[in-house]
Amino acid sequence: MRDDIIEIRWHGRGGQGAITAAKIVANAAFISGYSGVVMAPTFGTERRGAPVLTSLKISKQKIYDLSPITEPNMVVVLDHLIVDEVNVTGGMKPGGLIVINTPKHPDDFDFENLKVATADVTTIAGEVGLPPGVVNTGIIGAFAKASDFIGLDVLARAIEDEFKGKHPQRNSKAARITYKNTIVGEK
Amino acid sequence: MSECMRQINPDVVPAFPITPSTQVIEDFSQFVADGKVDTEIITVESEHSAMSACIGAAAAGGRVMTATSSAGMALMWEMLYVASSMRQPIVMTLINRAMSAPINIHADHSDSMGARDAGWIQLYAENNQEAYDNLIMAIKIAENMDVRLPVMVCMDGFIISHCVQTMQLEDTEKIRLFVGEFASTYPVLDTENPASWGALDLQDYYMEHKRAQHMAMKNAKNVIKKVSGEFADIFGRKYELFESYQLEDAERVIIAINSVCGEIKEVIDERREKGDRVGLLKIRSFRPFPYEEIAAALEGVKIVTVLDRSESMGAYGPLFTEIRTALFNAPQKPMVYNRIFGLGGRELFMSDIHDIFEENKTYLETNRVEKMFDYLKVRGG
Repeated sequence: MRDDIIEIRWHGRGGQGAITAAKIVANAAFISGYSGVVMAPTFGTERRGAPVLTSLKISKQKIYDLSPITEPNMVVVLDHLIVDEVNVTGGMKPGGLIVINTPKHPDDFDFENLKVATADVTTIAGEVGLPPGVVNTGIIGAFAKASDFIGLDVLARAIEDEFKGKHPQRNSKAARITYKNTIVGEK
Repeated sequence: MSECMRQINPDVVPAFPITPSTQVIEDFSQFVADGKVDTEIITVESEHSAMSACIGAAAAGGRVMTATSSAGMALMWEMLYVASSMRQPIVMTLINRAMSAPINIHADHSDSMGARDAGWIQLYAENNQEAYDNLIMAIKIAENMDVRLPVMVCMDGFIISHCVQTMQLEDTEKIRLFVGEFASTYPVLDTENPASWGALDLQDYYMEHKRAQHMAMKNAKNVIKKVSGEFADIFGRKYELFESYQLEDAERVIIAINSVCGEIKEVIDERREKGDRVGLLKIRSFRPFPYEEIAAALEGVKIVTVLDRSESMGAYGPLFTEIRTALFNAPQKPMVYNRIFGLGGRELFMSDIHDIFEENKTYLETNRVEKMFDYLKVRGG
């Protein structure tokens, strides 16, 4: 396995926009100088509400392997209830990071050898005027704070580019406010 | 692919949507609606009609493109043969997807391999860049006067079609200059010079027309090489009929098609670092099939594992049969065996590729192929 590749697995529900979120981070990573970026969604039956996942691989070098991630460095979860349904930490490298959209505190989760970051993206997104359930841009703010390897400004611009004509400012604002309100656990 | 179609700016695009190729036409329709292309898009009631409209539009004198997948292409079946036999240079993106049943939307090559005898040129791509480049070159290959055959530009469904990857997009003007103006032959709309299309052709001439198609396909081999050379001169990326990756001094080789080749390359890099002489031969042109060239490229190789992502029930995989045919007259034949993988999108990971190289190492050391045909990662095997 190549150690130059950062592997991030995104878990969401069909219709929640996890794949769009990963695509935005992919674009921002590319702009930030990571020339090897691969975002490979794992599509299932594509029902609304069913758990879905996508693989995002980021490196400064070219990536040839397009298979789904089996040993992620990071996991992002757009709905904390998925944690009870799917083994979201499956294969995670020790010391890895899990970012969860939840009203709960990181200490409420008990993952072995993992750093936990939480943010109540659902509430924040509602406060900035996004339609109920649109959490895929806010969660990027939590990801930025907890992972600290792609700048928030680059990510916010990538959000605005993706949502041209669909409330770009509200979406990037959701990310910025979430960034400030993300709690990163001590472990 | 839709961006590439926008850059090419074809005259007519008849299409009917099917997963996972839907987005190609969805995005392209947006370009048409926004006036970014001059294309006439024809939304039809089925894929049979889509290909019929492609043939009609091409015979009328237009440059024609479309896209489909799996069952969609199966419904075109009759018309695929008509397109190639009427020598219409239609270019179709085929996003490879498994054939039903059981119903499945994911990648394998049962659709294109099923159509291998339909008289279409078939080009395959490992990633987005190759698919984009192949689509540009396909126009020039199809329309070459020594060829005049339709081209299928194939890539793996979802794995490539829905993958976000870094790639180099080229300048639209450069692409239009490269593909040039469409030159039609005996266009139906040229009322000054009326021509008859699709005439009855029985014992008297049918066979000569089939042979002519075969010759055109043989010509296509050189035309693919020539167009790929011109492409490399302008855009800098060089393609052959197949790609040789670490093949020069390789003892043990995998031969495969499409996206899995990326993983195989990563595994080869890892094993080469430890001095293991392994390599990959990646097929780009399956029709025409480069028998002699492949046999020459495999000289000195001791064992070959052929990976097929489709089945020919009751026979070996379609790629395997071609490879063994290519090797039969070689002065020193390597050992060769067949593995079926990835049907209906089942993932193959880098660890699985390592297992293949371990297996063919054992076969080589014991000088015995224990299983000529088997499945990778299947229950009940």
